[in-house]
Amino acid sequence: MKELMLGNKAFARGLYEAGCAVVSSYPGTPSTEVTEEAAKFDDIYCEWAPNEKVAMEVAFGAALAGKRSFCGMKHVGLNVAADPLYTLSYTGVNAGLVICVADDAGMHSSQNEQDSRHHAIASKVPMLEPSDSAEALFFAKEAFKLSEEYDTPVIIKMCTRVAHSQSIVETSEREEVTKSYEKNISKYVMMPGNAIKRHPFVEERTKKLTELAEDCVFNKVEMGSDELGIITHSTSYQYVKEVYGDKVSILKLGMVNPLPVNLIKDFASKVKKLVVVEELDPIIENHCKSLGLNVNGKDLLPITGEFSQNLIAASLGEEVSPSVKLDENLPVRPPVMCAGCPHRGLFYTLAKNKITVLGDIGCYTLGAVAPLFAIETTLCMGASVSSIHGFNKVLSKESENKTVAVIGDSTFMHSGMTGLANIAYNQSNSTVIILDNSITGMTGHQQNPTTGYNIKGDPAGKIDLEALCHALGFERVRVVDPYDLKACDEVIKEELSVDAPSVIISRRPCALLKTVKHPGPISVDQNKCVGCKMCMKIGCPAISIKDGKAVIDQTQCVGCNVCTQLCKVGAICPNAKEV
Amino acid sequence: MVKNVMIVGVGGQGSLLASKLLGHLLLSEGYDVKVSEVHGMSQRGGSVVTYVRFGDKVYSPVIDKGQADYIVSFELLEAARYVEFLKTDGHIVVNTQTIDPMPVIIGATEYPENLVEKMKDKGFKVDAMDCLSLANEAGSSKAVNLVLMGKLSTFFDIPEEKWIKAIKECVPAKFVELNLKAFALGRAN
Repeated sequence: MKELMLGNKAFARGLYEAGCAVVSSYPGTPSTEVTEEAAKFDDIYCEWAPNEKVAMEVAFGAALAGKRSFCGMKHVGLNVAADPLYTLSYTGVNAGLVICVADDAGMHSSQNEQDSRHHAIASKVPMLEPSDSAEALFFAKEAFKLSEEYDTPVIIKMCTRVAHSQSIVETSEREEVTKSYEKNISKYVMMPGNAIKRHPFVEERTKKLTELAEDCVFNKVEMGSDELGIITHSTSYQYVKEVYGDKVSILKLGMVNPLPVNLIKDFASKVKKLVVVEELDPIIENHCKSLGLNVNGKDLLPITGEFSQNLIAASLGEEVSPSVKLDENLPVRPPVMCAGCPHRGLFYTLAKNKITVLGDIGCYTLGAVAPLFAIETTLCMGASVSSIHGFNKVLSKESENKTVAVIGDSTFMHSGMTGLANIAYNQSNSTVIILDNSITGMTGHQQNPTTGYNIKGDPAGKIDLEALCHALGFERVRVVDPYDLKACDEVIKEELSVDAPSVIISRRPCALLKTVKHPGPISVDQNKCVGCKMCMKIGCPAISIKDGKAVIDQTQCVGCNVCTQLCKVGAICPNAKEV
Repeated sequence: MVKNVMIVGVGGQGSLLASKLLGHLLLSEGYDVKVSEVHGMSQRGGSVVTYVRFGDKVYSPVIDKGQADYIVSFELLEAARYVEFLKTDGHIVVNTQTIDPMPVIIGATEYPENLVEKMKDKGFKVDAMDCLSLANEAGSSKAVNLVLMGKLSTFFDIPEEKWIKAIKECVPAKFVELNLKAFALGRAN
């Protein structure tokens, strides 16, 4: 049956059809929907793991036990899972193990723009790269065969435009695959004596995979004119086809590690000019250069950001569609914390008290933008908790009483716990605020170990954050409602003033959760409002000034009443009439 | 021949239903279709865009500057922002509703004035409508998307009954009547 399907959903369909039985992942844009869609199949056991390293090791255990398994993550997640990946390359698999890594060229929702192909090369693991939904489905199925035939995990690299674009796929039935587990210490126990013997196996496997790359279903040549030959991959292939159609010759690489040698040399010999069109790093280009080929690439095309058809046309000297724009500078519309977001009250309090805030990865990173400007660092998952310890070790009395780390509940479970253990163990007078909104927010509401529900929304184990912090050695653990500005102010001041490490749990569910019932919009009494703009200081998208007085957008406001607490003249109330 | 439709607005305004409806309809009409969406950070009240492309064979999932045949905008400033993606003879359908972006909210800048006229002055074909009022007339402020689809449908050679069938197939049963009413109001205005 033909269906219009999101790239990530098509990937999940491929997992289903291949008989994949276990999925363990950590959410991360743009990879999240692969696992969410896989969870809709009753034949696949799916879970959200606390982080990507755990997820990959779960998938390894399941593959070892004899069932085809999968784990998915975004590009930076593969850094976290790099430890198991590099040695899984040595152990190989039993039943197939497929890993999805989704890159985010253009950084739509990421802290960096790293190119995951480097991990495939460094870990010596094969990597496939689909260019649309149909290929995502097909490659997912083929990857399992490859994994079992060559005894290796296989990475499928997605990118934002393949993951989050819908195109047509044809579906088919599921096949079941089961292998039996057999004890094999020399293969699976990677201590030096065994690993030394596995490394040559990895090198031999790469040779065989290179032979496969010369002639396989993933790589294809489309000959057109011999004036120009383009080597490309992933979504860049689609942009190249958009610009040139069938006019030029194209070598499309669906297998990006290892890269073929003779296929590329042969293609190069048939065209007068050779150009590599690849997003981010010049990996295919450098491979071509290592083969002694005369090739253009990053001298014509950018190394940063996403490509598009116009960008490729302009870079390669082709005609670009004419366009007309308005003459004025339009105000930008950056993302903001939603109306009713529980993070707002807390960040307002931190900003008001001029506290240095070391931040982390999640919706609350938006605390760094206007008008709050409350966050001063964002590095990676968990870095707030670890770095405040180092910060306070250097500045000591200068910083201890006016610096906090902020981290979300899911991010804390992912990588914050170990940093907290370090504060307790190596003794710094640090204050950590866990922003517990009872969900993984930024990636679109995934459950985590603190929520009490699993990926299907069924009741599950629930980690008690207060008990956990106590167990990690923190005597001072406070809980506060971020909608209550006075309470926030008091608790933050108290915990910063004491000479002891402490944790503040700022607890209030995400305002967008369907299970959260809101009191409904409030409004401004225009007769009482004096236009002082105090309510504007929290940066709520529902509040604006019209004709010198505050108005509240009734379609956005949920009635959190954080602004009400700032109004000195009592103009904001549930029953006020905006006339 | 490939046709390009962009749906633009502010994160949270409900453009995903519009692109779902279009994708479903165009697939059932036998076209090759690609729909590209935005997820994650920029959805949080930021400027969002969805690309819908259809024809005999579609390659790129995105639409570039100067390539859109139609733009459907849920908000006025976003229409002005993306109008350069329109072909010089393209058509833009605009909801005249305004949502202040953060730089305007904090008083760093003003919401620009007379945007519809400014787009018309550049030679674009602009259909500006108060879709929020029409949606409320249909029964819910959330039906702005179907008002816009109603207007867009007048530019397509696809019979009205096919649109109605697609709406029935894409919308939960209890909202069908409301959405059909909103669609009809958009089509008539």
